[in-house]
Amino acid sequence: MGWETWVIATFSRTLAYGTPLLLGTLGEIYAERSGVLNLGIEGMMIMGAYSAFAIAYTTGNPWLGILTAAVVGGAFSLIHAFASITLKANQVVSGLALTMLGLGLSGVLGRGWEGKPLPAPLGKITVPVLSDIPVLGPILFDGQNMIVYLTILLVPLLWYILYRTRIGITIRSVGENPATADSLGINVGRVRYLCVVVGGILAGVAGGYLSVAYRPAWTEGMTAGMGWIVIALTIFAFWNPAIGMLGAYLFAALYHLSFRLQPWVSPELLRAMPYAFAIVVLIAVSRGTLQKRMGAPAALTLPYTRGEG
Amino acid sequence: MRAPKWLKIERRPVPSGRTIFTVSILAILAALVVAGIFFQAYGVSAIRAYQLIVKGALGSKLGLAETVRRAIPLLLCGVGLTIAFRALFWNIGAEGQLLLGAVAAAGVALFSGLPDVLLLPAMFIAGFLAGALWGLIPAALKARLGINDVITTLMMNYIAIYLVEWLIHGPWKGTQMRGFAYTDKFPSAAMLPLIPGTRIHWPTLVLGLVLAVAAYILITRIRQGFEIRVVGENPDAARFAGISHLKTTLLVMFISGGLAGLAGVGEMAGIHGMLRSATQISMGYGYTAIIVAWLARRNPLAVIVTSLLFGVIMAGGDVIKVSLGLPFQLINLFNGLILFFLIGSELLMHYRISFSFGRR
Repeated sequence: MGWETWVIATFSRTLAYGTPLLLGTLGEIYAERSGVLNLGIEGMMIMGAYSAFAIAYTTGNPWLGILTAAVVGGAFSLIHAFASITLKANQVVSGLALTMLGLGLSGVLGRGWEGKPLPAPLGKITVPVLSDIPVLGPILFDGQNMIVYLTILLVPLLWYILYRTRIGITIRSVGENPATADSLGINVGRVRYLCVVVGGILAGVAGGYLSVAYRPAWTEGMTAGMGWIVIALTIFAFWNPAIGMLGAYLFAALYHLSFRLQPWVSPELLRAMPYAFAIVVLIAVSRGTLQKRMGAPAALTLPYTRGEG
Repeated sequence: MRAPKWLKIERRPVPSGRTIFTVSILAILAALVVAGIFFQAYGVSAIRAYQLIVKGALGSKLGLAETVRRAIPLLLCGVGLTIAFRALFWNIGAEGQLLLGAVAAAGVALFSGLPDVLLLPAMFIAGFLAGALWGLIPAALKARLGINDVITTLMMNYIAIYLVEWLIHGPWKGTQMRGFAYTDKFPSAAMLPLIPGTRIHWPTLVLGLVLAVAAYILITRIRQGFEIRVVGENPDAARFAGISHLKTTLLVMFISGGLAGLAGVGEMAGIHGMLRSATQISMGYGYTAIIVAWLARRNPLAVIVTSLLFGVIMAGGDVIKVSLGLPFQLINLFNGLILFFLIGSELLMHYRISFSFGRR
């Protein structure tokens, strides 16, 4: 293989695989910025994947599938929001429960859908003219789908909202110091609910992307731990959407590069790579002073009760 | 959020044992009702499903035996998890630690060449150490570098799964069974005795019961147990009292991982007699054990009861899987629902809720 084809293949696959990771990470960043840790990403993603496939299959419209995934992901996240915000339950346990519930429910409901190929998956786009640019053209503008682009556009948008608007300040203050935010007249519970639901919607879409675009089929447990990698990437990103983008694509690139080792390393061990990477990534960001300056939201995982905070 | 006037929520000092028990039972029932709705939606009569579960898991000697057999790994993993959870170390990795125990047991059984009498004890020791090692890695990463324990323990599960897959497809692939990804069968000296007519490997069961009592004594009577609780309940006080966070974290994960490793040895030497695919060895024992430990309110003695309860669910789940054609993932549905209702009910336990209509 010439180096050009090699680079093109690696980077275009990086974009494709990094997209669901990035979507999930962006959502989790918002939830955690408001002070709610949601370990249910895996559960919301798999429910998104299942519902998107079922709807896209029956209606023949992949976009309707993606929309359903967004709604289902958002609705699913409400369970976690209710448990952790209203009932002030332990967020770690609630998130785990959400993941189990999602894996279980999608496994039960998705039984009859296993192994059917999706007749009309999400279309691949070839942008005229731009795709003719050497190297960059085929990577960015040939054979990617719309969600890949929308996800990239989402990054500056979510970054801008978080750091440059009133809404963003509100979200961050709720995650850093809910008592102060409350005294300023901010409804802490409502902000947290909204952020968790945003996280759920994005995780749902990430799942939908997997089943109607990335690999247009439904397999039980097809998210295969991606939701957990998202949690790791959120930490790696220091809760910043821009670094989240870097992290998701870097991770995806490493994932694909590791498959170049195929002649020397057995496939089973290669499949363990992403999980080992996730640990390595966390070790990498745990060192140095960066962590101190750009650490986790101060009120992360702490429920807020007026008068107790 | 402000509660309406007619609803009064007061903090209860400490819930009594009876309150905890009643609330837990109600939580489980609520979960079963919701799961029943899903059954109906799936086109399966919920009543028939539950009848089958109860009959299948408790209605016959064989069913009871299967319940106990399922409860053994849940007991060992669950007891270990209570210790980790006491120190607020989120060990979600019992699944991987169990698998490492299984790998170590298989390694000793197949390749150590030890004399027969030493084989089983060596398998248990190796299994404990392998599980403990798998647990110590996330423990060290958390205590030294502050790395999130939930993620590392989970990632270690996936790595353990592929380690097993690699071994059975590659270096340890058996010569006896052509085409299948198994190791060779263990020699008979590496197999545990069973209660005749059942698959209950009773030595592991006894070990689990003894260790549950030992863990209870550790937590309630011994200084290290006290330190574990202080680290979990009040880390600032622990630091002030000079309790080493590093040592405590390593200790709880040595125990927690080790006990999960023992569960893996039990499955190898009691049930399978060979290393095979990870999903066949464990079927999510390590994840279910999280709920077993949580339902037991992190009390190792109570795990004896809760592990049996989940033994019923697993054994019953097997029955409806076969007779109603429901998928294996069903158990996760149950687990998730029960866990939600449990944590939701925690508020009920710590607050007295009363309704008052009219004048206050």
